[in-house]
Amino acid sequence: MGELKLMKGNEALAEAAIRCGADAYFGYPITPQSEVIEYLSEQNPYERTGMVVLQAESELAAINMVYAAGAAGKRVMTSSSSPGVCLKQEGLAYIAGAEVPCVFADVVRGGPGLGTIQPSQADYFQNTKGGGNGDYRNIVLAPASVQEMADFVPLGFELAFKYRMAVCILSDGAIGQMMEKVVLPEQKARLTEEEIKAKYPWALTGRKRGTQHRVITSLDLDSARMEEHNRHLQRKYDEVTKNEVRYEMIDCDDAEYVFVAYGSSARIAQKSVQLGRAEGLKVGLLRPITLWPYPTQAIRNLIDKGVKGFLSVELSCGQMIEDVLLACNGRAKAEHFGRVGGIIHTPEEVLEAMKKQIIGE
Amino acid sequence: MAEITLQDIIQPENLVYEKSKLLTEKPFHYCPGCGHGTVHRIIAEVLEELGVDDRTIGVSPVGCAVMAYDYFDVDFVEAAHGRAPACATGIKRVWPDKVVFSYQGDGDLAAIGTCETIHTCNRGENITMIFVNNGIYGMTGGQMAPTTLVGMKTATTPYGRMPQWPDGTPNNGFPLQITQLLAQLPGTRYVTRQAVFSAAAVRNCKKAIKKAFQNQIENKNGVNFVEIVSNCNSNWKMSAVDANKWLQDNMLPVYPLGDLKDNFELIKK
Repeated sequence: MGELKLMKGNEALAEAAIRCGADAYFGYPITPQSEVIEYLSEQNPYERTGMVVLQAESELAAINMVYAAGAAGKRVMTSSSSPGVCLKQEGLAYIAGAEVPCVFADVVRGGPGLGTIQPSQADYFQNTKGGGNGDYRNIVLAPASVQEMADFVPLGFELAFKYRMAVCILSDGAIGQMMEKVVLPEQKARLTEEEIKAKYPWALTGRKRGTQHRVITSLDLDSARMEEHNRHLQRKYDEVTKNEVRYEMIDCDDAEYVFVAYGSSARIAQKSVQLGRAEGLKVGLLRPITLWPYPTQAIRNLIDKGVKGFLSVELSCGQMIEDVLLACNGRAKAEHFGRVGGIIHTPEEVLEAMKKQIIGE
Repeated sequence: MAEITLQDIIQPENLVYEKSKLLTEKPFHYCPGCGHGTVHRIIAEVLEELGVDDRTIGVSPVGCAVMAYDYFDVDFVEAAHGRAPACATGIKRVWPDKVVFSYQGDGDLAAIGTCETIHTCNRGENITMIFVNNGIYGMTGGQMAPTTLVGMKTATTPYGRMPQWPDGTPNNGFPLQITQLLAQLPGTRYVTRQAVFSAAAVRNCKKAIKKAFQNQIENKNGVNFVEIVSNCNSNWKMSAVDANKWLQDNMLPVYPLGDLKDNFELIKK
């Protein structure tokens, strides 16, 4: 049985990293996620587990530290917020090309540019469609509670090492800053050098005499090999899509109209479902937990079961709606509703939007 | 008298030179006359002599040496442009007992990667940094580098690097003395400037590189930084012989050879 605590989302993420046996955190302060590195520095995990915490000179430096330490077989992570994640995209493209496992969190704030420090979900495109160059994907997990901020760190590392790719924990300023009860897992030991060498033969640990040296690179100037490498990556992403889609359904069994929302918007839309049900409306909520791979089939199954329309609720001007529309493919109505600029929609206005935009008169 | 055959000559007692075992069989892609091959050989020899090939991790840059990982028989990661010091930091922090080195050119280390270079040195990471300075971008075809000399013609300074226009307004800026700058930082243990244009220079350079690795192995902190003033005969548009002469006449007055710092102490000239 784990330990019950009252914590901020950002702190829960940091504590979970220590407890799941992470080897290093490289980061750079930015609101609203600075608590991650502050908490880690205060906890001094180097004493607790030997975990390294380093405040880098920039987000760029931090992600490149993550890239190389991950290439060396260690469980490393970073976190940032929207404009900082833009800077990390260079490293994330290298991480994808070179197939390096790592976990990064984006505690999203409003944009574009410096934008605002208030919560937002306008980094959906940046993280699910790839912000760096080339044909690549990152697994994107969307926590909707402080508990999931903690749970998705070990899950993220598990998926990152299973598929040798980056896993994004796509949070937002609300989930990062709010305090909730969280059950923390028992402390797990960090892997030893022997365990790393046995589990990850690709990892750069110094080549054993008489064996081939290892190279972690995203470069290959041979076109045929590079095409095959890209095909290999796509086959891997297909595998992830087949195995790793995660979502939650609330009141969808008899629903005619469904809110689609993740993260803090899902918490709000959950209340909108209650309010709608109290009025006798057959509404439900589909909460994607993985934003990539997206629960496309779950939406199609709902349409098969008779759902007539979807409202994509996001703290953005409409980003995830594109994936909802792709899933619907014209078979059901789908529209977006969302407030931006740091304003958070109320359950009442979300329900009102469903009535107006989707259910109609 | 019997004829002397090739077999008679290829005998252990006649061996005066052999390729380091830590260089792979892959032929260098470097231009004939370029200094990179010599610097690679020195690093490979030093790692072999120190017996650390089974715990060495190298970081290659973006630039001419991007595929350095093909030539060294040790583990390697290829960094993004300018980020090799951050990569080396990441590895060394999680594997403090490994021998970690970065290998960069002037554009990589002193232009796009200046931030990572300065902060890695300022933190005093216990790594070895190799910096090959030939005053030009080689891989992209001979554009101006931060270390390009005043008046030097490149693809982006076709009339010569002019730090300021005649009326005093800024233009291309000045040759960046990055190595002097790094020597000022408290985190650098050993800072030296070497070259490979002659046999004597190669011998000195090897001593310096060996010390830069030995320091890392024997200590817990402090960057060991070796600049190698080198040539780029292709983009300087000279023969290899002329390039080495031009280097001595023009590069060395701006980038004089010798140790700048040893054991955290600046060397007074």
